[in-house]
Amino acid sequence: MQRFARLYEALDATTSTNQKVAAMQAYFAEAPPADAAWAVFFLTGARLKRLIAPRLLAVWGMEATGTPDWMFGESWSAAGDLAEIVALLVDTQRAGAPATSSGLSLSELIETRLLPLREADEERKREAVLSLWRSMSLREIFLVNKLLTGELRVGVSRTLAVRALAQHAALDPGVVAHRLMGSWQPTPQGFAQLVAGDVHDADLSRPYPFFLASPLEQPPAALGDRAAWQAEWKWDGIRAQLVRRGGSAWLWSRGEELITDRFPDLRAASESLPDGTVLDGEVLAYAGGAPLPFSVLQRRIGRQKLTAGILADAPAAFISYDVLEMDGRDLRASPLVERRALLSQLVAGRSDRLVLSEEVAGESWEALASLRSEARQRGVEGLMLKRRDSPYRSGRPRGDWWKWKIDPYSIDAVLVYAQPGNGRRANVLTDMTFAVWDGGELLPVAKAYSGLTDEELDRLDRWIRQHTLARFGPVRQVEPLHVFELHFEGIAESTRHKSGVAVRFPRIARWRTDKKPRDADTLQSLRALLRPAQAVHG
Amino acid sequence: MPLAVVTHAHADHAVPGSARYLCAAPSVSLLRHRVGPDAAIEGVPYGEPRSLGEARVSFHPAGHVLGSAQVRVERGGEVWLVTGDYKREPDPTCAPFEPVRCDVLVTEASYALPIFRWDDPREVLRDVHRWWQGNSRRASVLFCYVLGKAQRILAGLSELTDRPVYVHGALEPITGIYREAGVRMLPTLPVAETAKGRSFAGELVLAPITARGSPWMRRFGDHESAFASGSMRIRGQRRRRSFDRGFALSDHADWPGILRTIEQSSARRVLATHGYREALVHWLRDRGTDADLVGLAHPTDPEGD
Repeated sequence: MQRFARLYEALDATTSTNQKVAAMQAYFAEAPPADAAWAVFFLTGARLKRLIAPRLLAVWGMEATGTPDWMFGESWSAAGDLAEIVALLVDTQRAGAPATSSGLSLSELIETRLLPLREADEERKREAVLSLWRSMSLREIFLVNKLLTGELRVGVSRTLAVRALAQHAALDPGVVAHRLMGSWQPTPQGFAQLVAGDVHDADLSRPYPFFLASPLEQPPAALGDRAAWQAEWKWDGIRAQLVRRGGSAWLWSRGEELITDRFPDLRAASESLPDGTVLDGEVLAYAGGAPLPFSVLQRRIGRQKLTAGILADAPAAFISYDVLEMDGRDLRASPLVERRALLSQLVAGRSDRLVLSEEVAGESWEALASLRSEARQRGVEGLMLKRRDSPYRSGRPRGDWWKWKIDPYSIDAVLVYAQPGNGRRANVLTDMTFAVWDGGELLPVAKAYSGLTDEELDRLDRWIRQHTLARFGPVRQVEPLHVFELHFEGIAESTRHKSGVAVRFPRIARWRTDKKPRDADTLQSLRALLRPAQAVHG
Repeated sequence: MPLAVVTHAHADHAVPGSARYLCAAPSVSLLRHRVGPDAAIEGVPYGEPRSLGEARVSFHPAGHVLGSAQVRVERGGEVWLVTGDYKREPDPTCAPFEPVRCDVLVTEASYALPIFRWDDPREVLRDVHRWWQGNSRRASVLFCYVLGKAQRILAGLSELTDRPVYVHGALEPITGIYREAGVRMLPTLPVAETAKGRSFAGELVLAPITARGSPWMRRFGDHESAFASGSMRIRGQRRRRSFDRGFALSDHADWPGILRTIEQSSARRVLATHGYREALVHWLRDRGTDADLVGLAHPTDPEGD
């Protein structure tokens, strides 16, 4: 545990990716495989399920240290992180490090102390937690608290963790990434399998690492000859791989979540594919040869039970745009133009739920640009541009795949509520709610977390603290004075929002210091945006 | 003011413009640096009483910076003690805090929350040293307050190494005053006088926080940055301000230090100033102590820390 705490601190203490990789590599080299396996688990972004509600952790922390409620609140305002405050309070109360250390390793801690708490009643949980606190250092208590509340986040990207593992094992990062896909388990065997020199793996269900496109930030003409590029619509659904091997089928989302069970209709459709096939594509709600809005698919994802009614209202389709494996052969190194030819033959006439993502014609960049302007009416997000001679890469390397999205929707809205963010921004008011006019009233329509510079956030934070009208827990209602330009990707009717609309991926584009609250948009002008988005689907 | 009684020479406690100044004897040079060469400053040895009208005034070590003092005022049989800024941890650059009994205590509350507890400063300085030693290929730029903190770091590190440290111009006159007072510190080299294009890789540089992000920093190229301050006890503070490292090294009293000081004073009434003074007053009142607010609050980044 101390070793992992040191790693956590080393990662926390630097912004240099080389130093982070070096710290992880050093850890993998010296940690026992059981610990290294759990470290991989956390470093690649996985989390334990919450074992203890944050509220309980706060209550026990207050009891154990004799800290009254109000003082805990004061500490919260100063530090803004529950796990940290409790650790600091314990450390102050016993005046420093404990006399005897628990000496638990990371895997012992998790497997023998934390996971068994899943079945424990509250009193046993309390005793176990207090006993851990007594035997641990400040930095260990902080990490244990993060683990208990299921909030441990380590400051590295998955790609970086994979790179460190690959360097440690002298393997290609792609091999490690592939082995981590799917149902990898944080056990000593799991770790041994990750770093094994023999790369002939045989996990039937495993998908390939996704190739992700980068946003096109220049005019497409900069990409050169139009003929060298394949254009497709950018579908607004769930990016997924359909794996068909050994008589079974698996559907993996880009988040590497197995979503086969959510889509029995697609599993049935995939039975028409031959064994040894892996397709890359997009899951959409799809009817009458056209996609339905993302909100239709979302309703289906949200359901615990998929009734026949829901399946009929939101029928799914897999829009295929690439083939990564055929007849059990890895095709990723072949050029797109070849994979494309194989894909067309492969999916043709199999099932109306398996659709080929058609090429968009447009023979010049100008012609394409004019087609792109119809994207919203077609219910797509823009165009994808893929270099015809490119292999299927892994991660987000720039150059071969570009997403050329349509401009986002844009409105001007008034800041009405703010609350503190998480992590690095735990004590800054970064989570903001924005409203538009409805009659003479400001009606909240969107929450946005990002888009301002640190400097702007600091300035706004100070202003908010001085202009708070009312407080509801962590939420502050502020004077409606500041106008912001918000961008968002989509808009749909919603019964769950008072405004009657829900916007997708809202973010702050600009602080419109030049505008007064009365210049902000109205609910009417926001609702007007609903029409083009839904026109195609009637 | 006709007469200013000064606890220590930080800018929020000592301002130019008074006709006369009274301070602890070891504070005279620093105070003169702050308020001007022609100011009428009288230094009084620690513990020696002075009559001011009907009151007897004496200075007692506060352990904050060189020459810092608590001021004891006795009049008509009642004793008031104004702590000024103080800390209870050892500091080789100044006389250690001396507990003084009083009837009414005016205490600072810069870090008066139970989440603030300082580790042994010698341990923290060992961490600073390890960090510096570990950065062989880049400069280690440590931001700190220029009066007190910087010299405390230079003195603490002199127990661990004898390598010279590069300093920003703002540190030089004050560090000179400390040397004249006989404080043992690492040798310092002015950054301004190094040859153009010289590499600072592997070197430690001390600079005021105001230098951060200024063109002055360009000469260091890719460097590690750290901040030495009590606020660095909080992880979010360090991360939000994007320092690579934070060293929780404070010249103010931590929570246990404040409570211990109040207890040792046996004061029947406590007045709290600066920082988290509301929390301290609330805490004391809940325990039946007569307590109130006084002076100003500085919620974050107390001066001199």
